[in-house]
This record gives sequence, C-alpha cells and structure tokens, in this order.
Amino acid sequence: MTAPAHSEAPAGHGAGSGEQREGIVRGLRYIGAKLLTAAVSLFAVMVTSFFLFRILPGDPVRSMTQGREVTVEQEQELRRQFGLDQPLWQQFLDYCAGLFRFDLGVSYQYRIPVAELIGERIGPTVLLAGTGTLIAALLGLVLGTRAGWRRGSATDRVNTGVALLLWSVPSFWLGLLLIVVLASGAGWVPGLFPTGGMMTPGTTGLLDVALDVAHHLVLPVATMVAVVYAQYLMIMRSSLLDEMGADYLTTARAKGLRDALVLRRHAVPNALLPTVTLIFLNLGQVVGGVILVETVFAWPGLGSLFYSGLTVPDLPLVQALFVLFASAVILMNLLADLVYPLLDPRVRT
Amino acid sequence: MVIQQAPPGPRPYRPSRPGRALRGSAAAGAALALALSAMPAPVHADEGDAGGGDTLTIGIGQQVDSFSPFLAQLALTTRIHSLTYPTLTTYDPETMEPAPELAESWDTSDDGLTWTFDIRDGVEWTDGEPVTAEDVAWTFSTMMEDSAAATAGGNYVEGFEEVTAEDDSTVRIELEEPRSTMLALNVPILPEHIWAEIDDYGEYNNDEEFPVVGSGPFVLTGYEPNRSITLEANEDHWRGAPGFDTLVFRYYPDKDGMVEALRNGELSFIEGLTPAQADALEGEDGVAVNNATGNRFQAFTINPGAETQDGEEFGDGHPSLADTTLRQAIVRAIDKEELVGKVYGGYADPATGYIPSRFEDYTWAPDDGESLDFDPDAANEMLDEAGYEMGDDGVRESPDGDRLELRMHVHNDRPDYVQVGQFMEEWLAEIGIEVQGEYVDPGVLSDALYDAEYDLIFTGWQVNPDPDYVLSLHTCDALPETPGSMRGDAYFCNEEYDELYERQFSEYEDADARKETIGEMQRILYDEAVVNTLTYPNALEAYRTDQIADIQTQPAEGGLIWGQDGYWAWWSAEPAQGGSGLRIPAGAAAGIGAAVVLLAAGAGFLLWRRRAATAGDRE
Repeated sequence: MTAPAHSEAPAGHGAGSGEQREGIVRGLRYIGAKLLTAAVSLFAVMVTSFFLFRILPGDPVRSMTQGREVTVEQEQELRRQFGLDQPLWQQFLDYCAGLFRFDLGVSYQYRIPVAELIGERIGPTVLLAGTGTLIAALLGLVLGTRAGWRRGSATDRVNTGVALLLWSVPSFWLGLLLIVVLASGAGWVPGLFPTGGMMTPGTTGLLDVALDVAHHLVLPVATMVAVVYAQYLMIMRSSLLDEMGADYLTTARAKGLRDALVLRRHAVPNALLPTVTLIFLNLGQVVGGVILVETVFAWPGLGSLFYSGLTVPDLPLVQALFVLFASAVILMNLLADLVYPLLDPRVRT
Repeated sequence: MVIQQAPPGPRPYRPSRPGRALRGSAAAGAALALALSAMPAPVHADEGDAGGGDTLTIGIGQQVDSFSPFLAQLALTTRIHSLTYPTLTTYDPETMEPAPELAESWDTSDDGLTWTFDIRDGVEWTDGEPVTAEDVAWTFSTMMEDSAAATAGGNYVEGFEEVTAEDDSTVRIELEEPRSTMLALNVPILPEHIWAEIDDYGEYNNDEEFPVVGSGPFVLTGYEPNRSITLEANEDHWRGAPGFDTLVFRYYPDKDGMVEALRNGELSFIEGLTPAQADALEGEDGVAVNNATGNRFQAFTINPGAETQDGEEFGDGHPSLADTTLRQAIVRAIDKEELVGKVYGGYADPATGYIPSRFEDYTWAPDDGESLDFDPDAANEMLDEAGYEMGDDGVRESPDGDRLELRMHVHNDRPDYVQVGQFMEEWLAEIGIEVQGEYVDPGVLSDALYDAEYDLIFTGWQVNPDPDYVLSLHTCDALPETPGSMRGDAYFCNEEYDELYERQFSEYEDADARKETIGEMQRILYDEAVVNTLTYPNALEAYRTDQIADIQTQPAEGGLIWGQDGYWAWWSAEPAQGGSGLRIPAGAAAGIGAAVVLLAAGAGFLLWRRRAATAGDRE
C-alpha cells in the first residue's frame, strides 16, 4: 500500500522550476492513483455487501416469527413491508439507488431507518473504541520504547511478558473478571464501577452526564486496552531494535549525546513509522467496535448492533454496517497512504 | 348462557397489606386528579436508578421492534403492551383460567359463532377519555381490514366475520367458524380517538410522543433505544394502583453481566438464567431464585418422509425413518432422566407427553405397559426383530440395505440443546445408529426443516394455557401446500389425530371430555414417535428481596414471574422498605471515574511533554 505508485521519472537536466512542477505532477498522480483505488474498493464493497448477506442461510421473516403463531397472510405482509416480495434484481436496484441517496433502508427488527440506528450507536462506539485505541497505542509506545531500549533487562522481560499474557487472554473473560472483582463487590468490598451500560438512566446536566459516562467507560476501556496494547508494544520494541543497530545511532553516540537524547531524537522518530501504520489501520476498525467488550459491558455500540443484525439476518442493517465498516478501513488506509510521504521522505521518491 | 361473572372486589388477587391500602387510598384521594391532567414525564428527581425506593429495574436482552401493538411481535414488546393497554380477557394468576379484564363478562351463542363481551364501565384512557366498546370494535375491525395492522395479531382475527359495538358497553364478534381462542385474544385494545388519525400502520411505531396514551396499570413514559424503557404507574387503574411507581427495563445483552448487575443491586429482577447461574445465585444474601415449572417443552422430531398436502414427496430424509419401529427404538435409546440431571442440573422435568406437566388439565403420560421409556436393550431387540442387521462396524443396516447413518440438526445458540445433542449421539450409537450431529445457526436449521433436508431435528415451543395452537401444528392442514412452505414443525399427518383435533374443538365447553380427547391426541403423537418431547425445562428467574418484598407468580404454586399471561407480576410487586444493595454513593463513584480519566489524560500529557521537550532540544 505504501509502495511508490510509479517508477522514478528521469531527473535529467531540468532546471529548478521544472523539477518542482514535475514533483507536483508526480504527487498529484500518486494521490489520484490512491483515490481511484479507494473508489474501486468502495464500489466492490457495496456490491458484495448486497449479495453476501443474501447468501447467508436463514429467512428473515421466518426467524423473526419463529416460535410464534402466525398466519400465511401475516408472513406475506411482513415480506411486503420488508420489500422481500420483489424480485432480486429489483431489490438490488432499490438498494443501489438508496445508497446513492444515502437512504440505507429501514431495519427489520427495529423498524426505524438504519441511518438513525447507526447515528445513535456510532458515538458510543467511537468513544469506547477510540479511547481504547489511543490509550493502548500510547501505553504500547511508551512501554515498547522502554523495553526495546533496555533489551534483555528486567523491565523488558516483565513488560513483554505481561503484555503477551494479557494479549492471549480472551477479552470477554477478562471483562467478566473485572466485573466480578470491581463492579459486583464481594462481602465487605463495595462495587466500584457499574457492571454495564453507558449511562445511568435519568442522569441530567452536562457535567453529571460526562462524569457518569466516564465512570461507565472505565472497565470496558481497561479491558480493551489490556488486551490490545501488546501489539503496539511489540511492534515498537522490534522496530526500535532494528534501528539500534543502525550506523546513525553509533554516530549520535560518538557525538557524545546523552543516552536519553539518542533515544528520543534519533531512534524513536525512525522506529515510530511502522507503529503509525498500525495505528491508522486500527483506527479504521474503530467504528467496527469491539464486539465482545461491547456485549459484556452492555455498551450500546455498533459492534453489538451488527451482531444482533446478523442473527436474523436483518438485511438493511447488516448491509449498511458492512459498507460502513469497510469504508472506514478504506478511508483510513487512504489517509495512511497520503500521510506516509509526509512522515517518511523515502516514500516520496 | 353466561359463562362467567366478574369477581366483585376491585383487587381480587392482591396480597393484602395494610400499608398498601393506605397508599392506595391516599393516591385515590388527592394525587390522582392532578396526575391525570398532566401525566408525569419520567421524573428522576432522586438520581439513583434502582437502588430501592419505588423503582423496579428489570434486566432485558431483547430489543424493541415497535411500540405499536399492530406491529410488535417480540416477547418484550408484547409484554410491555400487556402492561400499558387493556385486553378483553386475561388469565387468572392463581388458577390460569380465563378471567375478566376489560370485559366484565361474556356470552356465546349455542353454535359458538356469536360472542358478546360486556365492557367494564368507568375505565378511562390516561388522557381522560372513556374506554368504550367502540374502541374495542375499532381495534379488531382495523386489524381485519388493514393487513398492515394485522402484522402482529392477524392470527387472532383470522375467521372473524364482523365486530360491532352494540352500545358503549357491548361488543359483538361474529365468527365464520367456532374458534377456541376467543377467551385468549391477546390483542391490546387501542384508543380509537388517537389511532384513527394515523395514515400507515405499517410505518407507525408509536414512539414519538411520551407518555403514550393507554389504559393499563402502567404508562409508557420513556424510551432510550438499547439503554432503557421506562414505565410509570397508572395510579388511576381500575384494579388499583401498582405497588411500584416506576418500572425500568434495562439492556444487558450479556447474561453473565446481567447476573452481576443483580448481585450489586443495579437490577431488581432477571430471568432466563442457566442452571449454573441459578446455582450461583442460590444462597446469595438478598437474592431469591424463583425456580418455576416451565411452560416450554424441548423436543426433537424425526423426518418420516416429507410430503405436501397433495402427497408429493420431497426432501432427502433417510428412507428407513418411515418405519415406526425404528422411530420408537430411537426414542427408547434416550435417557430423559439423565438429561434432566446432567444437562439441566435438575431444573427440568423429564417429558411424558406433548403438553408440559405445568398444564395439569392437559398433560398426559403413557401407562407403564405402553411406555417407550429408556431401555437400550429393548430398543436393540426391536431393531433385531425388525430386520435391522448389525454391521461389523457397529452400525446397523435396514432390510433394504441402507446404513443407519443419520444427521441430527441442533440449534448451536442454545447450550442446553447442544449438550442434549451430544448425549443423543452417544446413546444412539449404542443401538447401532450412527448420528452425525450438525450444530448449526437457527437460520440453517430452519432452512433444513422447511426443505425437509434432515433426519432428526430439534425444536421447542412455549405452550399457551390453551394448547390448541401447538396441537394444530401436527394436523394434516399444517403440511406444506408446496415444498418449503410448511406451517407446522414436523411432517406429521394422521387421520385419527385430525378427527380428534376437530372433536376437542367442539368439546370446548365440556372440559373433561376435551381433556380426554387431548390426551388421546398425545398418545398418537407418542406412539408414532415423529414428535418426541424430551424435557420440560424450568424457567429460572431471580430477584432482589431487598428491593421487591412480594410478587405474584402464575400459577400461585411453582409459577413464573416473567412469562405470565397478564400483568400480574409487575402490578402486584411490592417494594421492600429500607433495603438496598451494597452500592457506593453516586458522587463517590463519579469521583473515581473522573480520577481515572484524569489519570489517563495526565499520562497522555506527560508523554506529549516529553516529545515536545525532545523537539526543543534539537540542535
């Protein structure tokens, strides 16, 4: 994704301004190519989304009326309301036309427009997954740098060990454990945090709401961070190790710089690049939410919405979410592609 | 003839308690007129949500499909409608007999085609308008004329000819043919003066304006999607005000999280527990576990060779399963007692007939001599005699030379079903039948059922107090007209069964005869061994005794709280005084949350500072 889009143009004998123009053209072509790729991927996603979920086994009307007494007329009425009585090509055309009008259809289960459902849930999801990703990235970077710089030391071994241990823990299990220890209270120990949800019903006032949400946010974010920070730590550590053998570090040391300065000014900026890519890729997945964490903590996010839609299948809902998740990843990849040349001059040439 | 008269008192089923009567009369005396003129919006003056007081908090996992009774089909929303709208009749919480609700009494003509309901006087909608026979007639007529309005309840008005209001307090329903469900019309009656103005019932969700005008013991006052649903007491309800002032339904998609929330007092009530969860809560301080006899059966059906109503065969069921002896042998290989002990931890009853033992009037058990009880040796003998020869690899072959290798479809989203399936695989291997368990999504399972591409398949139903519907599933009428369109859940068709089904219908007023007929029907199902019930799982629920002092179960003995017919549980629930869970004050809790957020922010700031400092140092 980050490879130069075309081979290097011969620099030849051009004067300064010519070279500059050429540079701009090259830059524009780079950007154009990336945009085009993104657009093509997005289109492919839209088409796939429609057919993918129709291949899934299960009939929405039957699964929604399962275990209940219904007449044939009632089933037909539901099919009519959902538009499932139309031929497939007609449904596809309606779906495409809807997408271009940003009309995502009406959810079968919730009977409200899908856009409205997503609107309600996207905030909580970004709050949880975004906060979690940022804290995990910061934590991973700091600890990874420490561990890498003092490779083999006790700090390194403890940090990597703990991070890998948590990385291998299932998040729903860790979440439940935190609930049992910190939310339920046992004996004389009071429960410190709520077991789930995002807000205590009926809370009003900006400050109260913010504090209440923050209070509810602690355990889910802690769970998420604990499980994922290891990947940032490991990547930061290993790319720092790569840099540590580089000649420029020896030079920096030879100049007589203090160890901390060598690390901060020379090693870390170079080692940061792969981690930045990872952060962007993960930010793309932020809207997808963290299904397991959302479920365990009753967090009203998109991840659990997707899961509830899949079991029916609630076609308009899962289609729209699939397109949304995929476009977020595509968008973030695009951003990474566009930002990368700014961070790393080597990509520009 | 008049079938039933309303009991005289206004609160026949309420556990009497001096405090409550006082509270009720005070409310009646003063607050009511005020409350009615402006139904209170959800008031949360005290900021606690469920820590006792007069708020009852119920944990839920299911979402809301619609607050329009014309559209709502899910258990949660239909249950909420039974709290906020009146129905014609209800079920007595003690005896489970049909009981008066909005209709004080009723009459039926001798041919069973005309029903007359006398509507209770003086019942009001929460906006002060009277509830009249016109409202009832309008609700049913709209469902009959507009298919969108029949989305949820079309099955109830099927076979209705005409519904008319003879005067303000009399409704007459004319039927095309007699129906058994006339005293079980679970149709919320709607205020015509509000609902008649809506254009498209297929798109109206009744969730725009709160409080929602109704006439049940509670009023729907607030809805935050996927967070909570709030109901306030209707102090003016004709049967008397409910014990709690507020009901809050709170979302917990994860059952274990729900259990913890009950433990720390955030929830007052949860249902649908697994045996392990119930065991863990048993003995917990301040928590009562309600182990209720279930109204469900869990079963598997055997594909006897699927046919349409015209006799066209389809699907790919194993050909040998058309043999009743083989089907009976399969049943004899299964140890139901063991399933109850090992899978349900004792929280279930082994199934005997088709109708669960909770319904004493209709449940049936075989006599000792004719029973297909667990006996693998007898099963092996039956198969030997019928010519199913045991192969060298321990798998039998049918007389036609087909290997007894069967598929078994099991819902993978139900841990209890999966465990039962695993036991069955082993037990059937012992009588020379190789079973391939297919533990699949409910969607895959339902496709296999409708296409008849299965051999053994799991099923389960919640049975109504009147078993007519679950019995109708196995009439020949329930066979598909074309492949893939079945109404029932087994390809069962038996003439004698159909005759008995018609007969139980006409015996509607002769309870003893009907009981006998329904028993006969279950005998046929049992002997044919196409539909085989395994267990009647209990309903496991739990509530905090420091929040709920008393609550009505249905039926009174061993009854359940959540899955009731009628609003009894939540109407009768009495708040406990002074108790509360081990919760820290909201202020301190918020403080801790704030501290953690500050800490995180501080860490971020520190890191930023260090980077900034680096930049500053640059040569």
